[in-house]
Amino acid sequence: MRFIDEFRDAELARAVVNRIHRRSNKHVRLMEFCGGHTVAIMKHGIRQLLPETVEMLSGPGCPVCVTANQDLDIAIALAREPGVIITTFGDMLKVPGSRSSLQRVRADSADVRVVYSTLDALQIARENPEKAVVFIGIGFETTAPTIAASILKAEEEGIRNYYVLSMNKLCPPVIKALLDCGEVKLDGLICPGHVSAIIGSHPWEFAARDYGISCVVSGFEPLDVLQSVEMLVDQLEKGEPRVEIAYRRGVRPEGNLRAQELMNAVFELSPANWRGIGMVPESGLRLRKEYERFDAELAFDIEPGPTLEHKGCLCGDILRGVRTPLDCKLFRTSCTPEHPVGPCMVSSEGSCASYFHYETA
Amino acid sequence: MCLAIPALVKSIEGNEAEAEIGGISRKISIILTPEARVGDYVLLHTGYAINVIDEEEAEETLKLFEEMASLEE
Repeated sequence: MRFIDEFRDAELARAVVNRIHRRSNKHVRLMEFCGGHTVAIMKHGIRQLLPETVEMLSGPGCPVCVTANQDLDIAIALAREPGVIITTFGDMLKVPGSRSSLQRVRADSADVRVVYSTLDALQIARENPEKAVVFIGIGFETTAPTIAASILKAEEEGIRNYYVLSMNKLCPPVIKALLDCGEVKLDGLICPGHVSAIIGSHPWEFAARDYGISCVVSGFEPLDVLQSVEMLVDQLEKGEPRVEIAYRRGVRPEGNLRAQELMNAVFELSPANWRGIGMVPESGLRLRKEYERFDAELAFDIEPGPTLEHKGCLCGDILRGVRTPLDCKLFRTSCTPEHPVGPCMVSSEGSCASYFHYETA
Repeated sequence: MCLAIPALVKSIEGNEAEAEIGGISRKISIILTPEARVGDYVLLHTGYAINVIDEEEAEETLKLFEEMASLEE
């Protein structure tokens, strides 16, 4: 496929790897924020190609993984409401909440449907006017504009039975929260490419300016990731932290202004609850007053019950980059992709699932 | 979750477009990329184009990789 195959060229990759080996002297610790990058790094064996001086950590960039049990419980409780059709991205189905999962309530006859797009959720709403169709709105800045677009479309068409459970989260504020808590010492950040396609590169500048963290916005093919590592190593060797874009074919410094406009028209900032991290101010999106009638939490009186956490599960620590899946006693024993205990094993982009599939050591 | 793949825009009607993704055709929304034209590649995320791929930048990046690789030899 064009724009993919060219960026998987092994010869070119070898040349980048050689340059990184020659250039790297200082020990540096880099975090790839995005789960998509974690998959690319694990799948293509990139960690093994890098010199010992370059340490790679996985960050909290998997929307499924960072959804708190409390929020999952609300989604599961909504699925149990009579007359409700839940529409969701497939990754959410198996994620265990406090006591159940969307998959288990579906087996108990709840109407839970996997969709590829909010466009599909809207179509289900059109076809089922007597039902309330709720879209489980998880995702980062990449996905939020598509949810905003679906709400504007429902408004335009007068679709009255479409609702969104807004659990959208924003990436720069959570990175700031991680840096403020100081638990993980970072030198560089591989910034998420498709989040940045929407927000641009400017929102990462605080990290370079206020925290001295080198930032490179990266694409998702092996050459993209290696190029980003090379740029980070180069910045760090020079001691000049700044924000650069490696993924220039997909990201402009100002981002996608049209997408930002739609997102801001529909949503406003709110605090959000991140698994393993807790409440982070202004890191979530809730519907503005004008669009409140689409808010599933306001439309239904939901009582999800007390939140329970999974005993022994290290997902929270893994999401903060403090531990790796190999530190978890449940990993590959009682927690597998078939029978996941925590969300990082469920999502295909979760660190635990990536380690499970690709880490042989 | 933030997966986006290149899709080639084949035809456009209002905010909708027919796009080809690795030989498969599907209807996509271009409401987030009103600048998209027939023949453009877009980054497709959950049925929506989230950006038009900058082909010149892609060529530049590849050229840079090739130049640097040839210096290695």
